[in-house]
Amino acid sequence: MRIGVVTFPGSLDDVDARRAVTFAGAEPVALWHGDHDLRGVDAVVLPGGFSYGDYLRCGAISRFSPVMTEVVAAARHGMPVLGICNGFQILCESHLLPGALIRNDHRRFVCRDQPLRIENNRTAWTNDYDEGAEVIIVLKNGEGGYVADEATLDMLEGAGRVVARYLGDNPNGSLHAIAGITNDSGNVVGLMPHPEHAIEDLCGPGTDGLGFFTSAIKALTRV
Amino acid sequence: MARVVVDVMLKPEILDPQGKAVHGALPRLGFDGITDVRQGKRFELEVEGELTEERLDEIRKIAETLLSNPVIEDFEVSTLRQAQAAASSATGGGAA
Repeated sequence: MRIGVVTFPGSLDDVDARRAVTFAGAEPVALWHGDHDLRGVDAVVLPGGFSYGDYLRCGAISRFSPVMTEVVAAARHGMPVLGICNGFQILCESHLLPGALIRNDHRRFVCRDQPLRIENNRTAWTNDYDEGAEVIIVLKNGEGGYVADEATLDMLEGAGRVVARYLGDNPNGSLHAIAGITNDSGNVVGLMPHPEHAIEDLCGPGTDGLGFFTSAIKALTRV
Repeated sequence: MARVVVDVMLKPEILDPQGKAVHGALPRLGFDGITDVRQGKRFELEVEGELTEERLDEIRKIAETLLSNPVIEDFEVSTLRQAQAAASSATGGGAA
């Protein structure tokens, strides 16, 4: 099982994401933004950070990088793709997921151990959780406010495409307290919190995040 | 050579924390009577050759695909001459 992690100029969490893939029991594969090549991976993680310095809009320039042409095509054919934080922003800019992420409503960078509820455990990245599971995963962002028009929000809610929701105080002004969403077929997931920072007890708030990576392995094994 | 201006603004219904921060700073500086501030982006594109309608369509495409995110932003395309005229009429004219 090979899970690719894309490094863009300005990615920060690619190394942690590769480490989480190893912890989950798969082989991490480093992918480069400038390559037209997914190196035969079975799934892709777009990690957090500030790709292209967040110039123009978060994720706007990364969307047009050569590797994203391949990621978008593979995602449309059902390959599991997880976008974490900046990766979530890239997925929205790529139109693989609806909506957009804007600056936190309180205008401050947020960095905390965040309680979440897993609301959809039928995706490629959440099937290893119980539905309704409450987990604690690191959240750190400046532009993590999820927005979409009313019709899109209704569609997401109605179809059960909200994957994770913030519990307690809304940390960034996300509409409907949305922390993560999925596409229609459940292979593409965008998530603002960072599961790759919650995979071992030594650092971080625990191991609740590991499930995202073991879920992908399960999903791929089932195929 | 022509210069085309693309103005990008957040849609009215989208919260603009940066504009709010700027607005919040005004009273501290002694400027009263400003009821709201919205912050946008202005792009100036230098275009080779003559500015044809086809070229302008292409620039609208650029504005739609890269310069703005239609989910949260609106854009407006104008030639620099139009933009200058609008600016000078806004300031009471007098531009050469």
